[in-house]
Parts: sequence; C-alpha cells; structure tokens
Amino acid sequence: MSSMAVDTAQSRFLCLKEPHAHNGTLLGFWIYLMSDCFIFASLFACYAVLGTSTAGGPTAAQVLDLHGLAINTALLLVSSVTFGFAMLEMARKNKGAVMLWLAVSGLLAAGFVTLEIHEFLGMIADGAGPGRSAFLSSFFTLVGTHGLHVSVGILWLIVLMTQLGKFGLTDANIRRMQCLSMFWHFLDLVWVGVFSFVYLTGVLR
Amino acid sequence: MLEPTNHPAARSFLFGRLTLDSLPFLQPDLEGRIVLVTLCAVMLGGLAVLGLITKKRLWGYLWNEWFTSVDHKKLGIMYMILGTVMLLRGFADAIMMRAQQAIAFGPNMGYLPPEHYDQIFTAHGSIMIFFVAMAYIVGLINYVMPLQIGSRDVAFPFLNNLSFWFTFWGAITFMVSLFVGDFSTAGWLGYPPVSELQQGPGVDYYIWGLQLSGVGTLLSGVNFVVTIIKMRAPGMTMMKMPVFTWTSLCTSGLIIATFPVLTATLLLLSLDRYIGTHFFTSDFGGNVMMYINLIWVWGHPEVYILILPIFGIYSEIVPTFSGKPLFGYSSMVYATCAIMILSYLVWLHHFFTMGSGADVNSFFSLTTMIISIPTGVKIFNWLFTMYRGRVHFTVPMLWTMGFLFTFTIGGMTGVMLSVAPADFLLHNSLFLIAHFHNVIIGGVVFGVFAGVNYWFPKAFGFKLDEFWGKASFWFWQIGFWLAFGPLYIMGLMGVTRRLSHFDNPALQPYFIVAGIGAALIALGIGSFIIQIGISILRRKQYAVGGDPWNGRTLEWATSSPPPDYNFAFVPNVHERDAWMDMKKHGYQRPLTGFNDIHMPKNTATGVVIGVLSFACCFGLVWYIWWLAAVCFVGVIVASIAHTYNYHRDYHIPKAEVDSFEHSGNWQDAAQGANA
Repeated sequence: MSSMAVDTAQSRFLCLKEPHAHNGTLLGFWIYLMSDCFIFASLFACYAVLGTSTAGGPTAAQVLDLHGLAINTALLLVSSVTFGFAMLEMARKNKGAVMLWLAVSGLLAAGFVTLEIHEFLGMIADGAGPGRSAFLSSFFTLVGTHGLHVSVGILWLIVLMTQLGKFGLTDANIRRMQCLSMFWHFLDLVWVGVFSFVYLTGVLR
Repeated sequence: MLEPTNHPAARSFLFGRLTLDSLPFLQPDLEGRIVLVTLCAVMLGGLAVLGLITKKRLWGYLWNEWFTSVDHKKLGIMYMILGTVMLLRGFADAIMMRAQQAIAFGPNMGYLPPEHYDQIFTAHGSIMIFFVAMAYIVGLINYVMPLQIGSRDVAFPFLNNLSFWFTFWGAITFMVSLFVGDFSTAGWLGYPPVSELQQGPGVDYYIWGLQLSGVGTLLSGVNFVVTIIKMRAPGMTMMKMPVFTWTSLCTSGLIIATFPVLTATLLLLSLDRYIGTHFFTSDFGGNVMMYINLIWVWGHPEVYILILPIFGIYSEIVPTFSGKPLFGYSSMVYATCAIMILSYLVWLHHFFTMGSGADVNSFFSLTTMIISIPTGVKIFNWLFTMYRGRVHFTVPMLWTMGFLFTFTIGGMTGVMLSVAPADFLLHNSLFLIAHFHNVIIGGVVFGVFAGVNYWFPKAFGFKLDEFWGKASFWFWQIGFWLAFGPLYIMGLMGVTRRLSHFDNPALQPYFIVAGIGAALIALGIGSFIIQIGISILRRKQYAVGGDPWNGRTLEWATSSPPPDYNFAFVPNVHERDAWMDMKKHGYQRPLTGFNDIHMPKNTATGVVIGVLSFACCFGLVWYIWWLAAVCFVGVIVASIAHTYNYHRDYHIPKAEVDSFEHSGNWQDAAQGANA
C-alpha cells in the first residue's frame, strides 16, 4: 500500500491532535442527586404506608406544629434564594459578595437545622420518639434524613468557603459551587415534598 | 450456637459486646474445631502470601501500581481477582450444603447443626450475588468499556478506586464473620422477622458488609454512565456503540435507580435493630411486608443488573467468532432498554403469596411474562448471527453455546413461575432454587467465563489454555444439570428450600445425584484455576498481539496489554464495529507524531477511606462505639482533605509514548498476528 493511502487512513481513523476532554462532574453530580432521590422515594413510600400506624400513640395532627414549620420552611426557602444570589455574584467574579451570600445561606440553613432538632427533642420529651410507633419511626427517619442532608450541605459550604478564600474562583471551585448549588436546591425541593406530604397532609388527617 | 452477648451489662467500653466467647474457634464443639482448622489454613495461606510478597519486595510495587491506582484496567483486574477468591468461598458454602443434604436423612442428622446450616445458605447467597457476580460484572465493565469507546479512563478515576475499596472491604466484613462472631441466618435478603429478632452480630455483619459494597456499586454506576455519555471517541454516536457498552449503560442506569433503595432498606432494618424503631416489627404498627416489597424493588432489577452486561458479552463474542456483524443491532439495543425498564415492574412476582389479590398478581404476572419477549429477541439475534457464519468453536464460543441452551431452559421455567397460581405451589420450593441457579449459572457465570476467556489475552498479552478451558466448560455444563436437574424434579414434588434434614428416604438418591453434580462443578472450578496457572507458565508460547481473535471493536485496536493511556491517538469512529472498519480501510498504526497525553494521578485516599469505613462498620457490628465514631470522623476528614488536592493529573510526555509504541508489547503483536 502506498504511503499516501496509509496517511489518509490514519487521519480518517485517528484524532492526530488530542481532542478536548469533556468534564463530566456536573452530569455525574446530577445523576448522584437522582439516586439520592430514590433514597427519599423509599422513605416517602414508608411514610405513606406507615404514616397512620400510630399503635395507640399520638397521631400526626397531635404532634406536628405548623407554626414552627412555617418559620422552618421560610428559612430554608430563603436560603435557596440567597444561594442563588451567591451564584449570580460568582458569574460577576465578585468573590467578596459570593462569600457574603454563602455565609447568609449557611446561617439560614443552620437556623433550619436548629429548629428541627428543637422540634425533635420536644417530641421525644413528650414521649413521641421514633420508637413509639411505626408512624413516628417513619416520620423521624424521613425528616431526619433530610435534616442530615442539610447538615452535610452546611459542612460542605464551610469547606468550600475556606477553599474559595484560599484559592479564589478557580475553574475547580466554580464547578464545586455549581454542584453545591444543585444540592442546595435539591434539598429545598425534597423539603417541599416533606412539607406537603408529611406536615400538611398529616395535620389534615 | 454462640451465646449472644447482647446484654448491656456484658459490654465493655473498649470492646463493646466483643468477648472471648464470641470467637467460635475457641469453642470446644465440632463447629469450633471446623472453624479453628479453617482459620489455621487461612492464616497459614495468608502468611505464605504475605511472606512471599515481602521476600520478593513487592509491597512498593503493589502499593504504587495497584492499590493506589486509578487506572480502570488495573481496577478491573482487581475486581476479577476479588470475584474469583469470593467464588471459592461461596462455592465452599455450596458444597457443604450439598454434602449435608446428601447425608442428612432419618436418624442421621448430618454434620451441620441447623443454625450453622442457616448461616451457610445465607452466606452462600449473599456472597455469590454481591461479591462474585457483582465483582465480576463491575470488573469486566471497568476493563472493557472504556477501551471499547476509545477513552483513556473513566470519568471519575479516583471514585473508581474508592468504589473498588468499598467493595473489597464489604467482602472482608463478610469474611471476618467466619472467625469473629457468627453470620446472619435470615437468608440472602435478610427477611424480617428473623433478621429483626436474631441477636448477636450476624445480621449486623450482613447489613454493614452490604452497605459498604452497595455504596461502592452505586458510585461505579454513576461513573460508568458519565463515562459512556461524555467520553466516547469522536464519531461514536449512541447507535454506533458496541453492544457491551450499551448493556453497561443500561445496567449502570439500573444500579443508579435501585441501589439507593437497597441502602435505604438496610438503613431502616438497622434502625430497627439499633435504636428500636418499628419499620418491620410485628408490633407497634410495623409492617414486615414493607421490607419484602422494598428489598425486591432493589432485588429484581439486581438480577438484570447482572445479566444485561452478560448479554453484552455474548453480543461481542458471537459476531467475532461467526465472522459477521451482529444480526439486528438496533433490536438488540431496544431489547436491552426494554428489559431495563420492565425489570423495574415485576418485583411482586417474588411474593405472589403475599395476598395482594388477583388484580395485582395478574399485573405482575403479565409484566414478568412480557420480559421474555425482548429476551427472546436477543436469543434469536445471536442464533441469526451464527446462521451462515463461519463459527469458530473457541472456548468463549463454547460457553456461549452452553449459555444459549441452558439459559433458554431457565427462562422457560421462569415463565412457569410467573404464572401466579402455579407459583402458589412452587413458591419457596426447590423448583425455584433450580430456576434461579439455572439463569444465574447458565447466564451470568457462563458469560463471565466466556468474557474472561475472550478478553484475557487483551489484559495480559497471552491466550488462555484451550484444553483446560474446554475441560472447565464441560465440567460446569454437565455438573450444572446433575446438580440442579434433581432439584427441579423434587421442587415439582413439593420439597421446600433451606432444609438441613429430611425424613423421607425416597428423596436421598436425588440429593446424592445433586451432590455429584456439585463435585463436577468443583472440578470445573479447579480446571479454571489450572487453566490460568498453566497459561501463565506457558505465557511465551501463548503470547498474542493486539488483535488475537480478529475482533471488531476498539479494544482490539490497541496493544495487549494496552498502555496506561490506552490509545496513542484517540480513534475517530465512522461505523459500528469501528476496528473492523479501520482494518478494512487498510489502517496502519502510526509510529511518529505523538502528543503529550493527559492522565489522572494515583491517590491513596481510596485505600484510607476504605480501611476507615471497614473499621467503622466493625465497630458498629460489635457496639464498639468509640471505634465507630473515631473512624467515621476519620472518613469525613480524609474526604475533606482530598478536596484540598487540586493537582490530580499529569502529562505522559510524548517521548514516553513514543518509546512504548516501539516497545515489546507491539513486537509480540506482530508475531501474534503472523502466527
């Protein structure tokens, strides 16, 4: 075979220049969130089945407090808005403002977790702990798993803030911000489910 | 049975509920002796291996080149080794059960007391699924899929290493239960109420071992999907992907959609056991059937997670050894996707006897029957690929033919079981046992051996011995039917599963035949080990080039074994069967003009997180709370520390690429091609 034919075959079948590598982090993190969705789906399913199995103990209407819930929900939803502000400031490369909005989001989420722990401790003190009935087991597990996710989000936020402070708005840190942003909004979405399905429906029942 | 030391007063701060009484090999009974002998054998074997590694000064090599490696090929090989070691463990359990059932009739109680027998069938089932079949599947996908799509590695190389270590330490958690404490007696799916009520560490070993490996598998699934979607070579559109890559994609999708359910279910079970919640208890409003539903929402897709990539393996082997493109590529892809979706809609057929009523049972009965349609499409596609082809009866092809025969029969008994009224009679009988071994051995195991024989030359640069490969195949094929044929017959007669003793002596001949079958399978496994050993000894004689089988897909376009960077130049794809297309157009390998290649760096984080996670789980099993807490914090700290490492990659200089491309791996290739 002539050398020219070989060269043509080579350029036809090979990328003689190294192609640009795609970064799959955002897609990967999105897929991870979808898998996390299945964990919550399982816990929601459990609550759907066991939510009325009170075994003679307190019912949802008796133990759930809608006033505390209103504050709680407001804190979490507003923290999503402030996280959005942080992302906008990131697009403007305004590091100081990013840090400020992140701090505000973190504090709001910390307030949410604090209120939730307070609610849990109150219920346990009133004899409505997770071991009292299947309803309370599924309630504590579903709401607690969400709260645990928010706590992990806060820890992540703190770590990311130190990294932003130290290394600035590098490509890697921007990617991490985008992932954390997805995580943050995802948890908001799950909370809307918890809020409607556990609290509102529970109090109506 | 060990006396459970569950009483809080018997616990110490330092060792939790772990006491000298928890060590079965210190017990004076027969069981203690058996465990003691096993322990001594394992210790001696382990010490011999460690001594050899130390003597040959291999620790540095193992650490740098394997344990901390993020290379998908090395991780793939480590998964395959893990799978093989665990196959021996799981098969040891199998042969113990066969021996017990062959002798335990009438006054003879056999050599295994019931509670020991129950641990063995539980360990056998869960090990075979989680640490043999899954390890093999993930190993093969890891090795082959990135090569097939012309990629240099997976999307998240560090995560890949971490996944392996989670799986590895999950397996170790199971193995430790042999010598420290006991194991679950609740069956491979840990059904309550047994799994709720069994005191002692057995069920906890089961839970934490599975949690570790489950997280590893989930991360692998995410990794594979992103790799396939983002990292295909230019020109390789979805419908030009090799079928094995397609099935890897569908399996990974199933992993992502089901393993979280397993994680959640086991979490709820552990909450019941550890803090006294009431998810699956019989009192305080708990619902046992909730567990059964949830575990099968994971469990049924799981068997398709196992079989889909295996279908992919057959779809690579049949065209290669028939010298033809795969018949009905598109229908193969659509069939795979259809199975992926349908597999999520059939879980209730595992418990038609729950009493959910005729309507619900009919729905799940029908969806189950419908799955056999896309599966039948696949079988016909393979047959039509062979039709009028030049079929070479190599070892991979033999396994494939054995599969076509055996798996089809397993599929038919599956359709029988899908008929809900028939299932009321066959439920929990030996017929069911025979059915699922028929599809898992005849499908998954045969496919793994086919794949190992097919891709081994790619991974190591030499072929596997033909004679011992064929011996292994025939021992397995005949042994399988002898071992499970009698179980089908007894199942139809109504004999139930999981019994360690029988009263009716008329059954004994069947069990003896089944025992002989298991012995033949043991010879099959032995032949496989001999096959590997002999091939290593004769590796010069069996050396092959990059493309020993006249392959069709891109993994055959590079050297055997491939370099760290897989391809000196990323391929440009125009057709399905891209490598065949390149060969047809007179492609010749370039020897100049190389570029620097961008690659991920090795990292020790995966090893560290793996070890700490295992120690944390061990602490949880034995209520050694300080250990669990310290190690849990350690895992978090190690993970955060890892995020401070921003320099995770490096460039292989073009001079190094150039020197490899002129190296011995390629010279062997030229010889192999001429041979």
